[in-house]
Amino acid sequence: MNIKDVENLAELARIELTEEEKKEILSDMESILGYVKQIEEVKVEDVEANNEPYNVWREDVLEPRDFSPQLIKEQFPDSQDDFLKVKKIL
Amino acid sequence: MIDLKNLTIEKAHKSLKSGEFTCRELVEAYLKVIKEKNGELNAYLEVYKNVLEQADVAQKKFKDGNATILTGIPFAIKDNILFEGQIASAGSKILENYTATYDATVIKKLKNAGAVIIGRTNMDEFAMGSSTQTSTYGVTKNPHDITRVPGGSSGGSAVAVAADMALVALGTETCGSVREPSAFCGLVGLKPTYGAVSREGIIAMGNSLDQVSPFGKKVEDVEIIFNALSKHDPLDSTSIPDELRDFKIKKQNSKRIGVPWHLFKEGVEDEVLENFKQSTEKLKDSGYEILDIELPYSKYSLAVYYIIMPAEVSTNLSRFDGIRYGFSIKGENLLEVYKKSRAQGFGKEARRRILLGTYVLSHGYYDAYYNKAVKVREKIRKEIMQTFEKVEFILTPTAPILPFKLGEKLDNPVAMYLCDIFSAPANLSGVPSIALPSGMSKDGLPFSLQFMASHFQENTLFDIGKKFETIR
Repeated sequence: MNIKDVENLAELARIELTEEEKKEILSDMESILGYVKQIEEVKVEDVEANNEPYNVWREDVLEPRDFSPQLIKEQFPDSQDDFLKVKKIL
Repeated sequence: MIDLKNLTIEKAHKSLKSGEFTCRELVEAYLKVIKEKNGELNAYLEVYKNVLEQADVAQKKFKDGNATILTGIPFAIKDNILFEGQIASAGSKILENYTATYDATVIKKLKNAGAVIIGRTNMDEFAMGSSTQTSTYGVTKNPHDITRVPGGSSGGSAVAVAADMALVALGTETCGSVREPSAFCGLVGLKPTYGAVSREGIIAMGNSLDQVSPFGKKVEDVEIIFNALSKHDPLDSTSIPDELRDFKIKKQNSKRIGVPWHLFKEGVEDEVLENFKQSTEKLKDSGYEILDIELPYSKYSLAVYYIIMPAEVSTNLSRFDGIRYGFSIKGENLLEVYKKSRAQGFGKEARRRILLGTYVLSHGYYDAYYNKAVKVREKIRKEIMQTFEKVEFILTPTAPILPFKLGEKLDNPVAMYLCDIFSAPANLSGVPSIALPSGMSKDGLPFSLQFMASHFQENTLFDIGKKFETIR
């Protein structure tokens, strides 16, 4: 892993990093990945493929919920006429 | 004067019922201690303004004759559990102004029971840490020695109970976040079976691992809370239906305890190991059979955890983007709003784990890291389940070390992560585990050991826990 990789990850994760922070992250990542790499030595050929997490669905029916619309709106940093306001996308 | 030091839920209930003291008097006794000690210990981030009104509601239940065992019982809750109309910040700057828009299911249950929720407690940011030092709102100190950490991430809740600032508390576990602070503060902490207690309204860290977990001074307190909260919740898709929770206990094995000695060959402090050995001797003397077991896959638990958890973290924390939850930093365009808000809103450890998770899920590394970790996790789960065909309990120290000094391990993430080396197998395999005090070190710091049992065998953990309380 190098600084370019860290920059790429930060871009994907939408986090701005200073040059200093990038260096620190790089060194942290190297030590953490160095630790977790030990799983390479585990043999897992006989594990069935169906052990991955799966979705639990429910019917799309209208049910009363006790959310407070007023409280939700109050959490928006910016809003207009009861709508969440964001910077233009296109 | 109410004897808070020796108070249990059962004792408090009797006194409230007989009128020896009122709900208000009980909570006022705790508020007084909070006033004296919280400035130094920093267990609570906020004491709710409506505490006395809550106590009055509880008192009315006693008057009307519909009080239950938790009515009037003062709880502290971790800052990642939603309580409608109150701030829930998860120890993070990015949620500093976030007011919960609904009650977590566990809060609904406490409210219905008439429990008194005193306030929200400090925690590592987004529950990421083992020492309550990564909170934006300062460190929490260990009441046994204020130069040392209380453990984490639920350190605030642990300290609230250990310093008599609450009778009991709720924390959350993803990997040891209740058992390890229980160990460091001399408390009992239970990590329930995955799917036993609802996660609805808990600020998620690692969804496949998280469980709300109670703290108490005694096993019986933790048992009462667990029984009150352990119910199926249709709002949590990983909550287990009630009819699937009853397993037959294999009575013939009930005295067999497996100890994976090979896992403690290195990294465990001498004093901790010595105390652990003494505890196993005491159990032997009480008629338990201690068996040497091998857990070859569980050896990789912490490594597996530090792949799966960051992967889930990077996904979960993507919702905090400066758009919906209060905190927002202005930018030229939307992308800049995201990047600046996340840069300034998240602390160091949260950013570290988000980036690590992004890495293990990214193209080219997914198979080597995430996919492999999922498979090893399955191996660990099978291994643990097979072990429970031979023994009733697996016993290890709760943490490999005693509480360490404030400031330690912050610059060495792997050293910090290793605090939870014995916690990971229970969270990865979903089995319940209880941490129990097992004596004091020569410097007056608490020792602890933990039992694991098979899925939904919490009752056997309570039984052996109560037994151990009499022989330790």
